[in-house]
Amino acid sequence: MNSMGYRILSLVAFLPVFGALGILLHVKRSDNLARWMALATTAVTFIVSIPLLLNFDTSTHNMQFVENYSWIPSWNVHYTVGVDGISVLLVLLTTLLSLICVISSWNAIQTKVKEYMIALLLLETGMIGVFIALDLFLFYIFWEAMLIPMFLLIIIWGGPRKMYAGIKFFLYTLAGSVLMLLGIIALYYQGGHTFEIVKLMGQSYPMEFQYWVFLAFFVAFAIKVPMFPFHTWLPDAHVEAPTAGSVILAGVLLKMGTYGFLRFNLPMFPAATMHFAPYILMLSVVAIIYGALVAMIQKDLKKLIAYSSVSHMGFVTLGIFAFNTQGLEGGILQMLNHGVTTGALFLCVGIIYERTHTRMIADYGGLTKRLPIYAVFFMIFTLSSLGLPGMNGFIGEFLILLGAFTSQRIYAVIGTTGIILGAAYMLWMYQRVMFMELKPRNESLLDLSAREVITLLPLAVLVFWIGIFPNPLLSVLHETVKHLLIQVNGQAQFTASANWFLNF
Amino acid sequence: MPSFSMDNLVSIVPESIVLCIAIAVLMFDLFTAREKRHYLAYFSIVGLAVAAYETWQLRGLNMTTFSGMFVLDGFSIFFKMLFFIVAALSILISINYLKNEQSERGEYYGLILFATSGMMIMVSGADLITIYLGLELMALSVYILAGFLRGSMKSNEAALKYFLLGAFSSGILLYGIALIFGVTGTTNLREIAAFIQTGNLSKPVLILSMILMTAGFGFKIAAVPFHMWVPDVYEGAPTSVTAFMSVGPKAAAFAAFLRVFMVALPGIQPDWTVILSALAILTMLIGNVVAIAQTNIKRMLAYSSIAHAGYALVGFVTGGAAGMSSVMLYLLIYVFMNLGAFGVVVMLRKGGAAGDNIEDFAGLAKNHKFAAMLMLIFMFSLAGIPPTAGFIGKFYIFMSALNAGFLWLAIITVIMSVISAFFYLRVVIIMYMKDPSGEYELSAPYTIKFALAIAAFCVLYIGMNPGGLIDYAISSVAGLV
Repeated sequence: MNSMGYRILSLVAFLPVFGALGILLHVKRSDNLARWMALATTAVTFIVSIPLLLNFDTSTHNMQFVENYSWIPSWNVHYTVGVDGISVLLVLLTTLLSLICVISSWNAIQTKVKEYMIALLLLETGMIGVFIALDLFLFYIFWEAMLIPMFLLIIIWGGPRKMYAGIKFFLYTLAGSVLMLLGIIALYYQGGHTFEIVKLMGQSYPMEFQYWVFLAFFVAFAIKVPMFPFHTWLPDAHVEAPTAGSVILAGVLLKMGTYGFLRFNLPMFPAATMHFAPYILMLSVVAIIYGALVAMIQKDLKKLIAYSSVSHMGFVTLGIFAFNTQGLEGGILQMLNHGVTTGALFLCVGIIYERTHTRMIADYGGLTKRLPIYAVFFMIFTLSSLGLPGMNGFIGEFLILLGAFTSQRIYAVIGTTGIILGAAYMLWMYQRVMFMELKPRNESLLDLSAREVITLLPLAVLVFWIGIFPNPLLSVLHETVKHLLIQVNGQAQFTASANWFLNF
Repeated sequence: MPSFSMDNLVSIVPESIVLCIAIAVLMFDLFTAREKRHYLAYFSIVGLAVAAYETWQLRGLNMTTFSGMFVLDGFSIFFKMLFFIVAALSILISINYLKNEQSERGEYYGLILFATSGMMIMVSGADLITIYLGLELMALSVYILAGFLRGSMKSNEAALKYFLLGAFSSGILLYGIALIFGVTGTTNLREIAAFIQTGNLSKPVLILSMILMTAGFGFKIAAVPFHMWVPDVYEGAPTSVTAFMSVGPKAAAFAAFLRVFMVALPGIQPDWTVILSALAILTMLIGNVVAIAQTNIKRMLAYSSIAHAGYALVGFVTGGAAGMSSVMLYLLIYVFMNLGAFGVVVMLRKGGAAGDNIEDFAGLAKNHKFAAMLMLIFMFSLAGIPPTAGFIGKFYIFMSALNAGFLWLAIITVIMSVISAFFYLRVVIIMYMKDPSGEYELSAPYTIKFALAIAAFCVLYIGMNPGGLIDYAISSVAGLV
């Protein structure tokens, strides 16, 4: 089944571990060596992951590049990995953002550099593992194990309230996931003593069972997304985490929640999904509006972007639970967009924070005069975040609203308000930071260095590429989404919604 | 009466070896100069290795000897191997501790070996009397070990407290045994089960006997409400002894507890399931919640040890082969992570200065990366976070609980394990975030580093590749239920 002839997914997932081991063994050497080793590892991992996309067969919804070995025979646990259209994109996003994170932390991290790089690399393995795991046990191992390096990133290299933020992050996520663990075990017994996701998908479970296990999974993922009202850990974690931590958090970790919905909740418990969808849609629009309103009054740049994430992830769940091609594809695309754009925005904040050591909007103003290149990049990502046509955010949000309009008109209408609010807080933020009076303390700021341009440039390219020519990505998604819809709705409803779209 | 056969001697070869080594250590102690006493430790470890080898040779055998008093089966061999690991690792982390405390006396190793042989007899007991004998041999040795630092008030207090309460609990256990003898006319486990099967007995007395035995064993495994001694004794006893008794005697008591209830009392399983579920919930609740408030690391680990007894009780309650093997696997994993955590505490103790308070861990990561990293692994494992062994242990318990239909018990257990994450993480945070209060040296010779490295390796290895061990645990209970 593996079209590559070698175990490409395992290679991509575990290369970072070898890099981390390498750094660990050179523990006495200089910090710079650790940086270069981490850079080399993430770069190689990224390069190795590219063939995944190039060789991806867009004509099938089946899992690709599958590897399957027996791992714990007594529990019928397998080491099974594979990707479909959704996960392959997320794997690439992860490898790209990890590489960018290493580069962006080059000067920002000056203490315990080796440990930092080791944590970052282990985190990368955990994240890739979550996206490629096709065995629930394996999935859970990666899902939880990833908490450890992220927790360390926050508590060791974080800001002043890092202890509070780190513990809150850890306990919130753990509390959600242990219930999912029970759900996993229940599924194991119900589904015929197997943890294999593909096998568990093809069964129909009793109604009541679906409801409970759906909820067990839902809470775990909703905390991770985070959906309103489970979002309170996010602003704290973002504000206290180091820049790379925020980028990973926004770019990849939040996607795990929505990925979980797509991989488990929708295909495995379609009846429960249908039953709970109205409530989830409601929570989604609440998140959109609430996140946007709270973002508007923030004084701290990172907090503002954190709340904007709550709002944007609300769009993603709105699209997913609209149950049609447009909504789902838009939702998935918006996951990637959010990863690129918000990741980039956190990078931008990190860059300016390194120079001034403040994140307060009021401390800035008039930066365009001193940092023109920076202002251009910041502008690109700001506009992308508020969904300007021609950029990635527009495509995602447009598809989502189209999908939502098809199925639940009222939510689409409310959601659109969120876009207006988004434009308001983003532009207002940009105005206060970049225009107006230049503060004397910011007179001597330097513009972007070549290294910083390197971190932002690929993301800017992606912003325009997805914005202008999203079809390659959508074609990767298409078969998978189609299959997912069949799993949720049954064939009949799928065609019905497609016809409706054609007649529109 | 069958005639005396060689089988009797074969079945007790491991116990005999450990006892002989223990006596030999006591004798050699007389001729060994103080600064050479650590050779006694190495000698004991070699002895344990020989005993372990012999025990391993006996695996696969299934025989009852000494007129039904003693049994050699997969279950007992599993626990004996566990005790060898406990004893060897405890000795390795003790060597330098004793030197720091200026208490290098050979009896220490002798007592550990006596306790080990007591535990071995306990898990091989097929008769309540044998189990009681083993338990007392173990308990008496550990009482002395707890008071091993003769000059320390706290150590004396711990020993006295442990002795008084321990004797009391042994009395209760004995009372339970007497009652069951009264209603069934035998102390042999299988015969008790057979007699209960006939139904020709007074059920209230049987239940009372079961409750008394639960109290007796509950004391040894540190289950709430029989846990009052744990924090004080764990805090006062020499740290290396605390490490030993938090895993060894606890595992032995669990093994005997399991054997008595599974073999002798399956007839009243519904009754003890209710009582043990309540105990499990209380134990997890008190252990985890009170641990949060502790500022002394030994007290915190004491409450954590109470909580872990609660998790193991959940596996116990679920019963059956899966439940039993989940308890066994859990106890084995617990050995590595808890001995490891105590080992790091031992390392921190140098000349009576630091080590007991959680605050003493401040900045450990800055000065002693290796020790901090080990503690990190042990803490995450105790919290049950993958990819460490602690997760595998808990996962197995959840699995058997759900399989047996104990959904609510499983839900309470997972919630408790989230609470527990808080105080384990706090240790990590203090190690990595706070600045050290001053420069201090670790007392970390190679012996202790070696022991901790083994423990950490096992925690990670079992965490990632538990298959063989699970199979071994399942096969070990095969003849029992």
